[in-house]
Amino acid sequence: MTFARVLLKRLLLSLVTLWLLSVLVFAAAQLLPGDVGRAILGPLADASVVANLNHKLGTDRPLLVQYWDWASHFAVGDMGHSYTFDAPVAPFIGTALINSLKLAAVAFVLVVPLSILGGVWAALNVGRPIDRIITVAGLSATILPEFVTGIVLILIFGIWLRWLPISASWPDGAGPLTQIYYLILPSVPLFLVLFGYIARMARAGMIEALDSDYTRTAVLKGLPWRTVLWRHVLRNALLPTITVVATQTGYLIGGLLVVEVLFHYQGIGGLIYNAAKGKDFQMLESGILVIGLIYTMATLLADILYSALNPRIHFGASE
Amino acid sequence: MSVEATSGTDAAGALDASGPAAARRERFRLLMRSPTFLVGAFVILFWIVCALFGQYFVPVDPYNDDMMATLAPPSADHWFGADALGRDVFSRVIVGSRDILTVAPLATLLGAFLGTAIGLMVGYFRGIVDDTVSRLVDAVLALPLVIVAVLALVALGTSNITVIIVIGLVFSPIIARTVRTAVMLERELDYVSAAKLRGENAVYIMFVEILPNVMPPILVEATVRLGYAIFTVATLSFLGFGIQPPSPDWGLAISESYGMIDGGAWWTVLYDALAIASLVVAVNLVADAIHGVFET
Repeated sequence: MTFARVLLKRLLLSLVTLWLLSVLVFAAAQLLPGDVGRAILGPLADASVVANLNHKLGTDRPLLVQYWDWASHFAVGDMGHSYTFDAPVAPFIGTALINSLKLAAVAFVLVVPLSILGGVWAALNVGRPIDRIITVAGLSATILPEFVTGIVLILIFGIWLRWLPISASWPDGAGPLTQIYYLILPSVPLFLVLFGYIARMARAGMIEALDSDYTRTAVLKGLPWRTVLWRHVLRNALLPTITVVATQTGYLIGGLLVVEVLFHYQGIGGLIYNAAKGKDFQMLESGILVIGLIYTMATLLADILYSALNPRIHFGASE
Repeated sequence: MSVEATSGTDAAGALDASGPAAARRERFRLLMRSPTFLVGAFVILFWIVCALFGQYFVPVDPYNDDMMATLAPPSADHWFGADALGRDVFSRVIVGSRDILTVAPLATLLGAFLGTAIGLMVGYFRGIVDDTVSRLVDAVLALPLVIVAVLALVALGTSNITVIIVIGLVFSPIIARTVRTAVMLERELDYVSAAKLRGENAVYIMFVEILPNVMPPILVEATVRLGYAIFTVATLSFLGFGIQPPSPDWGLAISESYGMIDGGAWWTVLYDALAIASLVVAVNLVADAIHGVFET
């Protein structure tokens, strides 16, 4: 199979995944509550008021019509109407995404180089104490819920030392540097979760590459160690890491939900949280589908990048 | 001696049984020698004891609010201080393990049962069912667990039961995938062909012949999932979609108190955070040890 055909196949699979996702999200938000108007207004509301709201929201129409209406509008960028704000959903999601992107960017800029460095360093010292420390610390940080590490960080750096602000919302008109200053503390819990995953992949890839025949050949034919490391080991070792970095965007967004709530930040996670609290189903559905879309695209991109960079991949083999 | 001599078939049966039983004993012995397992198991046991009997030995009723003690710092009266309602933090931390240690294991159990059943069927029959389930898993995994859970809990309404059902349902396809891989290896083996030739039906082959042989990966997957379940339940409680007031649950306690730590009341959140951390780390230690013993 040619590269183009592989690309096409992956793209189609992603579309199927997205379609399924949209059905699941729609089912969860529209079917599960039974009566959407009742779910919003509560058990004490008058039946005619509930019927009125259902009519206004369009939730009294047949399900297939509702789904088609929602999905077809979503596909062209119209994400519906927010019940809470009585305004179109899309601009809210746009602003929230930009805010989340800033937070994620700070976390990624910190975590990607540091975790790869950590993993490589551990692999070069396999079995020594420094390897143990990096591996165990990375693993422990990964398994702790973000709000637990977040609250401890807030206590230490925000309350006791007073070094960093405990809320991520910067004052209006703050410059980029001030914004970054406000985002440092919230990005650390995300950093901690991601560090373990990425460092572990980098370490495993490094160990495999160091142990390989091509590395031995390169060493035996008298290349300087530095050249072997840069040209032979690292290039092969870090391939799987690229995939992990991309797939972690999904987990990153899950982490964003918690971190943004903890630090009072208006990102996509905070938006979904508020929509969930306020039973703003249109906002909730669209916000979640956008996250699914981003995750699916990141995975696709990782797949393509990995295939493009790795000449050993057999096109045609699929799991 | 006399037992072994009774009849030929009995002796053969005893020999048959000694194989897996000996392997089980050996694994258990290995676990008991693993410091990772012992430390983890000890911490989990401690919290289980607190969940079961904590209410009988805590110094103060964890539900009792005392307005005189509002946000009292740690002292001889309140070892870990008191929260905004004047409730004793020490007592609440001790009893706070109860809900999470009920909800998370039950959710894992539900996921393991459903996932095993689905995985057995999918791995055994393959075909269109397999493709459908694989796509569904992809779709479910395209969203972080916490977000799927929040969506479902908003729609269904929050209670301990719905939290168990939602986490169990999300886990089931993930566990099913592990079981499916194991079953696909097993179904090619001779004992399955033998059972087919004997004329056993598919359900019998799946659950009586194959299931005992795929138990180790299921057990490993379930302990790993338990770690995630505790992570998720704690996070959901922190977000307000998990365990509900007036439970002394740790995640819920942090959610109720973290708005006030700017005023310096660190004791209302720190001990709960440490309690969650200890439980999550302990479960992961145990999962890691079990993984090490079974997957070698």
